[in-house]
Amino acid sequence: MTATVAPAATGPGGEVMAPRLFRVVGTRLDTADTVTLALAALDGEPLAFAAGQFTMLSVFGVGEVPISISGDPADPTVLHHTVRDVGGVTRAIVRSGPGDVLGVRGPFGTGWEVGHGEGGDVVIVAGGIGLAPLRPAVLELVARRERYGRVVLLYGARTPTDVLFEPELDAWRDRFGVDVVVTVDYGQPGWAGRVGLVTGLIARAGFDPSRTVALSCGPEVMMRYVAAELLDRGVAADRIRLSMERNMVCGVGLCGHCQLREIFTCVDGPVLGFDRLRPLMELREV
Amino acid sequence: MSAGPLGELEFFHGLEPGLLAVLADLGRDVTLEAGQVLFREGDPADRFFVLRRGRVAVELHDPVTGSHVVDTVEDGDAVGLSWFVTGTTWVFDARALAPTDVVVWDGVRLRAAFDADPALGYAVTQRLARVIYQRLRAARVRMLDLYGARR
Repeated sequence: MTATVAPAATGPGGEVMAPRLFRVVGTRLDTADTVTLALAALDGEPLAFAAGQFTMLSVFGVGEVPISISGDPADPTVLHHTVRDVGGVTRAIVRSGPGDVLGVRGPFGTGWEVGHGEGGDVVIVAGGIGLAPLRPAVLELVARRERYGRVVLLYGARTPTDVLFEPELDAWRDRFGVDVVVTVDYGQPGWAGRVGLVTGLIARAGFDPSRTVALSCGPEVMMRYVAAELLDRGVAADRIRLSMERNMVCGVGLCGHCQLREIFTCVDGPVLGFDRLRPLMELREV
Repeated sequence: MSAGPLGELEFFHGLEPGLLAVLADLGRDVTLEAGQVLFREGDPADRFFVLRRGRVAVELHDPVTGSHVVDTVEDGDAVGLSWFVTGTTWVFDARALAPTDVVVWDGVRLRAAFDADPALGYAVTQRLARVIYQRLRAARVRMLDLYGARR
């Protein structure tokens, strides 16, 4: 597949390493440790992006991290990032409030290319915070719902209180006919939903593997099992797309921190076909 | 009383019709209300269940923190494996989370049928082993806490 991505936005003077300034215009607490920020560019220029792309998001004086865009590609005027506090820079990001100014480089990388699934079924498998990079893809799907067959979203979270975008999951199910299935690793008392691995849901998902495109984002171990299960079900490797979120630092293929052997995941990825990833994911050293 | 046809159930997928008929003859269909208990930890493990429809929670009870769901099983899944080992007791509770139709077998009679017909016993044992393998693998992966602090 050929990547179709929005051009990388540049900072002052067209320099990709210089961040543009964005002001926090809204925050939403998604879970105890995860926040979605709405950001607007100080210069007023929208930031066009493709579903699946990421930016390098910085807090001045603290640092910079790669964060996938979780907003709607149809609305580039507001940039949404869903960020989990795992310490350091991400802690400073989630503590940002309205009026604070953050730095943004990008968008960078490849997208989900949801349109490749038109005319067939789409299976989306998300794990944990991995639902955030998939949200733009789901928004594209539901915006053109009539062009797709079955759309299945299988989502694994740690506990029921870690489930992201719960009201939206209901809306996607009820208003757009998306088969949303949620499972958790640890069912808290009172939880009447599913408990178990997200990979265990694939066998029941009821899609036509010969005309299915699958998108997955989550821990790499999870994605390895997801890809194996999808292959077992008959989905072709080049129709399984995974988001490989390695340690991006420059975001533009210069530094090599995110390298997966010959692949620079910041420019060749983060979204890559499993036909390309398979030999690498089978290598323990990579 | 015997159970209805079993061939559509995922657990029995691929089993030859003659063996399915023997198993159907030994089983019976039961409907459970949401909240109804299939078995409790510590009770004799004397029955085997396969779900036709619905959802069952496998739970571990803690006197202080309450019941914790460790797994859920759904249509076509087997629940309750301890009966296969003679003289054991259940190590978890199992409770229907929704209206649930199950096929239930008496464990002693089922093991006797396996002794009498090793082909039947081997065919079912293969399927039990697959369930055990899948659940052991899932439990080990979940131990990694993949969705925890580091994605």
